[in-house]
Amino acid sequence: MSRTVLVFVKQVPDTQNITGDAMTPEGTVNRAALPAIFNPEDLNALEMALQLKDRYGMHVTVATMGPPKAAEILRDCLCRGADEAILLTDRAFAGADTLATSYALSCCAAKVQDVAVVLCGRQAIDGDTAQVGPQLSEKMQSPQICYAEDVVEMTENSITVRRRIDGGYEVLQSPLPALLTVVDSNDPRPMAARRIMKYKRAKTMSEIRAALGGAEADAAAVSAEAARLDAAGLLIREWSAADAGADLSRTGLAGSPTKVKQVMSVVLTAGEAKKVEPTADGVTALIHELIADHTLG
Amino acid sequence: MGNVWVFIEQEGGKIADVSLELVCKARELADELGVKVEALLLGDNLSGCTDTLISYGCDTVFLAEDPRLEPFTVLPFARVIMDLVLEHKPNILMFGATLKGRELAPRIASEKRCGLTADCTELKIDDFEDKVNKKSYTNKLMQIRPAFGGNIIATIVNTWNDPQMVTVREGVMKMGEADASRKGEVVRVTPKLTDADTVVKVLERVRADQEVDLKGAQIIVAGGYGVGSKENFQLLKDLADALGGEVAASRAAVDAGWVEHARQVGQTGVTVRPRLYIACGISGAIQHTAGMKDAKKIIAINNDPDAPIFSIAHYAICGDLNTVIPQMIKAFKAKA
Repeated sequence: MSRTVLVFVKQVPDTQNITGDAMTPEGTVNRAALPAIFNPEDLNALEMALQLKDRYGMHVTVATMGPPKAAEILRDCLCRGADEAILLTDRAFAGADTLATSYALSCCAAKVQDVAVVLCGRQAIDGDTAQVGPQLSEKMQSPQICYAEDVVEMTENSITVRRRIDGGYEVLQSPLPALLTVVDSNDPRPMAARRIMKYKRAKTMSEIRAALGGAEADAAAVSAEAARLDAAGLLIREWSAADAGADLSRTGLAGSPTKVKQVMSVVLTAGEAKKVEPTADGVTALIHELIADHTLG
Repeated sequence: MGNVWVFIEQEGGKIADVSLELVCKARELADELGVKVEALLLGDNLSGCTDTLISYGCDTVFLAEDPRLEPFTVLPFARVIMDLVLEHKPNILMFGATLKGRELAPRIASEKRCGLTADCTELKIDDFEDKVNKKSYTNKLMQIRPAFGGNIIATIVNTWNDPQMVTVREGVMKMGEADASRKGEVVRVTPKLTDADTVVKVLERVRADQEVDLKGAQIIVAGGYGVGSKENFQLLKDLADALGGEVAASRAAVDAGWVEHARQVGQTGVTVRPRLYIACGISGAIQHTAGMKDAKKIIAINNDPDAPIFSIAHYAICGDLNTVIPQMIKAFKAKA
């Protein structure tokens, strides 16, 4: 029986808790001021993986595509119970839409041995597209079960999943390997204190190099430190596009069919309510404003 | 140029509203481009649906009936649609941004290697100048959607292979009138499914047509004790109907017996995050606001200028809901 559950996670700007600090004087969002957080439904996916570890002794590998800073959420995963972590990072991945992202993730997944189940959160709160899970599943030529709430049972060659549908639920059975996208249906466990003590020291190669003097670092010392961390289970694997075997014409901007023509910020009223007069003119102006900004359509 | 295609969502032979909304939008786009509107209707025992689709504006209905297409599962649906796309090369392919549409469309876009834009709220035809790559495109589909938690509105263009694929939010495109005199053609399609397409088995399926779906509602008109009576709630219902939303209530209005419990928002009711929440005669106790404070836009209507609801509202209307609500309905109907 394949033993690995591969979980894809993402670090995202916290678009759900926009406070006054994150607003520019013009009333638009200052993205740089938003804290980077663990995408909420990816935590549900991780929790589902850890439950499979508890129930069936699965090996949980987590992976993320992002800038070097995204290693933060991989350490978070290790502290919650994941066994192994991979950071997929390369400038060639930048600017990817969902098609190019799912391609890059599929290259990563193909390099992970012995995968029985791939789990993703249903969607990420920065784009809310919910597309990468199904697209990744197609690229892996595996069946997909979206909106998974719980794994009913897993056997050597199949998985039985309860999933959400409109107005109810379905129980689906799929052969393995399969990909599931997970909804907000469980309570992600917190980081374990004993694991924090250990895994807060986990590092990627770039982080080891930076700690030993950056570009000036002694290559032998870096290798020795990496070997030491690896032996202790504290090395976060760091893969470039070449490491993942990705075709650069299919990654990043080059691999993205969709282009952004225009972006308009929605002006938010932070805190202060806008007063609308209870007159036909006041109410009409309000309705027109809401139609113009797509709230009403 | 290829035609404009709409994936038709149905449950037990009943066509989803969003699919008819998309047919009407497709009709507009197709008329502008001088092409046809074609529907993809998959399932089993569906011949009763085709007249409806033609009456809303479809020139062609591709009808694929097979027991393996009922109930809906992703893999066989994706196979049938992919085969049709390769054969007929549509220009545009639209899905409702429903649970089904959002799992099916990306599977197809990935295999076809084309762009897909999720959750569009507006679609139009325009030209696109890609300044970075120094290429220009004519008559492309402008795919307009909120992003970044609803804080920005982005216009996206698919610059690769057709079809230009989108999922579109429910309730944002206007459903036109059916016209029984319209003519169209039904093209029967024989699904070519392999064992690999049917590996996922449905062991159990439990669903009920929900009469109340507050969580899914993008627009909610909610009333509290300040509404005053069960009869006055009809006014809220009228506004909700006009805007395409649902009626909800605070606990006080539910306890008074004016509204059923399934519509209660708050700590002991449902938590909602609609695009627009209109709070009418609701004071704004934390037990209520806990269930709706994450709404993208909140309008509060209350005749008490000190009502706490005003502190979380984006728009404050201090006045009598019995006059304000009819004004809102009138203003919306005049504009829409």
